[in-house]
Amino acid sequence: MSDLAPLLDAGGVTKRFPGVLALDGVDLSLTPGRVHALVGENGAGKSTLIKILSGAYRADAGEIVHDGHPVAFARPLDARAAGISTIYQEVNLIPLMSVARNLFLGREPRRLGLLDLRRMNREAERVLAGYGVHVDVTRPLGTIGLGARQMVALARAVAEDAKLLIMDEPTSSLEPREVETLFSVVASLTAKGMAVLYVSHRLEELYRLCETVTVLRDGRVVHTGPLAGLDRLALVAHMLGRELDQVREEGTTRFGEHRDHTGPPLMRAEGLTKRHVLRGVGLTVRAGEVTGLGGLLGAGRSETAKAIVGALPLDSGTVTVDGRRVRRLSPAAAIRAGMALLPEDRKAEGIVPDLSVRENILLAAMPRVSRFGFVSRKRQDRIVATFMKRLRIKAAGPEQKVGELSGGNQQKVLLARWLCLNPRLLLLDEPTRGIDVGAKAEVQALIDELAADGLAVVLISSDLEELVEGADRIVVLRAGAVVTELEGDDVDEPAVMAALAEAEPWKEDRDDD
Amino acid sequence: MTTDTARPPASRRIALPRVVQNYGVYAAVLALLAYNAVFTPHFLDGANLRTQLVQAAPIVIVALGMALVIGSEGIDLSVGSVMALAAAIIPLYLGFGVWPAVIMALVAGMAAGLFNGTLVAVVGLQPIVATLALLVAGRGLALVFAGGQLKQLHNPDLLALGDGDLAGVPVIVLAAAALTLVTAVLVGRTTYGRRLVAVGGNRSAAALAGLPVRRILITAYVLCGLFAAVAGVFATARLTASDPSAIGNLAELSAITAVVVGGTPLTGGRIRVLGTVAGALVMQLVRATLIKHDLPDSAAQMTQAAIILLAVYIARERRTR
Repeated sequence: MSDLAPLLDAGGVTKRFPGVLALDGVDLSLTPGRVHALVGENGAGKSTLIKILSGAYRADAGEIVHDGHPVAFARPLDARAAGISTIYQEVNLIPLMSVARNLFLGREPRRLGLLDLRRMNREAERVLAGYGVHVDVTRPLGTIGLGARQMVALARAVAEDAKLLIMDEPTSSLEPREVETLFSVVASLTAKGMAVLYVSHRLEELYRLCETVTVLRDGRVVHTGPLAGLDRLALVAHMLGRELDQVREEGTTRFGEHRDHTGPPLMRAEGLTKRHVLRGVGLTVRAGEVTGLGGLLGAGRSETAKAIVGALPLDSGTVTVDGRRVRRLSPAAAIRAGMALLPEDRKAEGIVPDLSVRENILLAAMPRVSRFGFVSRKRQDRIVATFMKRLRIKAAGPEQKVGELSGGNQQKVLLARWLCLNPRLLLLDEPTRGIDVGAKAEVQALIDELAADGLAVVLISSDLEELVEGADRIVVLRAGAVVTELEGDDVDEPAVMAALAEAEPWKEDRDDD
Repeated sequence: MTTDTARPPASRRIALPRVVQNYGVYAAVLALLAYNAVFTPHFLDGANLRTQLVQAAPIVIVALGMALVIGSEGIDLSVGSVMALAAAIIPLYLGFGVWPAVIMALVAGMAAGLFNGTLVAVVGLQPIVATLALLVAGRGLALVFAGGQLKQLHNPDLLALGDGDLAGVPVIVLAAAALTLVTAVLVGRTTYGRRLVAVGGNRSAAALAGLPVRRILITAYVLCGLFAAVAGVFATARLTASDPSAIGNLAELSAITAVVVGGTPLTGGRIRVLGTVAGALVMQLVRATLIKHDLPDSAAQMTQAAIILLAVYIARERRTR
């Protein structure tokens, strides 16, 4: 099989967005009958590459040869016509239409010029049964399970005579049993000669399903080759951009020495559970300590942080602060208990772009600086001036709109929003992502300073070095569950990477549903 | 092609509309006044200006409430029906005196707002759908209260609200001015107002900052209902009759137009109180200008449509990302 000509050969694919080079000369070769894995962390360029292959974006440079012809898809429809079918994370079907209609959308069986509904339903039932899906095909798609929906999307792609199937994290919302069905379907498709590009963060799946792999980082291909010879640790190292042997030498972050703390826990989260997202995560945080949350994309780090401050509705789980359970967990209750979360997505969940620096800083503290419901400018100005100076926020003045500031200064404004509440626990989700080097060092130094002042800090970072240097203790998550806790001298990059590369925890205890 | 050269033109393109957007509506008011001062006989007479203000006042009042809701990233289509509801309630309680009747009308408006706000903030319906329900049902309810017919009103205290003066200024104009002041202070100087703007600007950030998002949203709709009811009371007083089938017809469109022309973006996060007042005045003046020059009402309507498009086009520039 290995001497087969490639079905799709992409060379030097480059895509630029304002301010970012999303793809920089990416090569990719896909062979019929093979499953090729595409991996990389957030912002590595996976989505951009998929969108170019499926016609949603056009490449700025580079060549794609598909099925023997150079192609440049102007629309997704063109890619579909050329036999490239894409199944996105969020299934792109029509929830209000029936299962059968979704399956046959655009190529409905006709009789005398009219839809042959009976035949369509019969056919749909037969086709789906082949995928292990037994549902009433006349029901709206939105009413059947996510796994079954995924299968309908898959069946649809296959029925379109696709030669190349692109699957973007198809298992992220599936039950283990459904994953098995999906795998057997994929196996039967490749046996028929279909090429599959498989995007996932679950190493377990990659090693079971894929023969070859391409690792993207910062828009470049950093590794490509057969998966079998590559051990997990090396794969993780490629994804994170850390050479195994260079790990210990350097130290470019601005963190100080590690601290050891044995005081009573300030915050204890227990059994945080949400279907498909978190599986009984427990976390204990002490005052004056930086607790790192490690894990690959989709491991449940951000979700854990959000759950603790009540921003993610949970199926079950408790959060205790100072030995007292926080009842009716909500962001407001969390703030009252002294907890604050700096969210990962600054734009979507952090800044209010049209409001001034002053008002963004005081957003959460507004009632505390008001009198009888009226805003007290004097008190506000004092607090704002203090924090703008302390965090060195570069703005034309406190009245400048936050939307006009640089990313680093926006991040400092958000930090100031939480610090002016005098929190006892600060959860920082990717505090230095997307900000310039200077601001990054400042934020890192600030984290150190805060912990030294006795604040408890939870640090989430995909930058392994930042995590290891900054945290006193690292809790590693995988697939929504805690796999390891590293403390003291165990906190180093090889140990974290080893934990990241470990087996999926839910393979062993899959009977929890 | 490259990122470095792409930025400056982008910011230059935004620079011009921003000035137009911030001050364009005031310039439009002045331009219309100047035009009429020169070309329309007797336009600047006291009597005519008074008429213009009296006609614009109810729309100003409704638009102020609408601005609060639009600033929260919502919309309230039911204000016209709430005006009718207030109008229908008045004759029912007028026997107890003018104040009980007015208060009951205002309570009805706030109840309608509570209903809208609950649908939006608690049930989670889209504002346009949630308030569409009362747009239809509110007027129906008003007709039921009124027994389906117009009622002439003769209570002198009530009628004084419609045609009375205070220190030479019509009561309704004074009311509109007072509510403008109250709204401006509410939006600019109170905790509630700033939180409302924050919720409209970025709802999830506001929620994460522990703001009581539901309560803030519900309050905005309640205030909007209250303002609409106030406008309904004045409209009834001016008409000297309770006519639920006519009062407040298309008021929601006039109010939304005034808000949008005044520079409040439909995407929320910004409330321009004085701009809203100016927006209502612009629409009033455009209409008056065209009518005084003997153009048919249909031409006035089409001109208004053109102004709305222009205003939305200018507002659109700011939100490009």
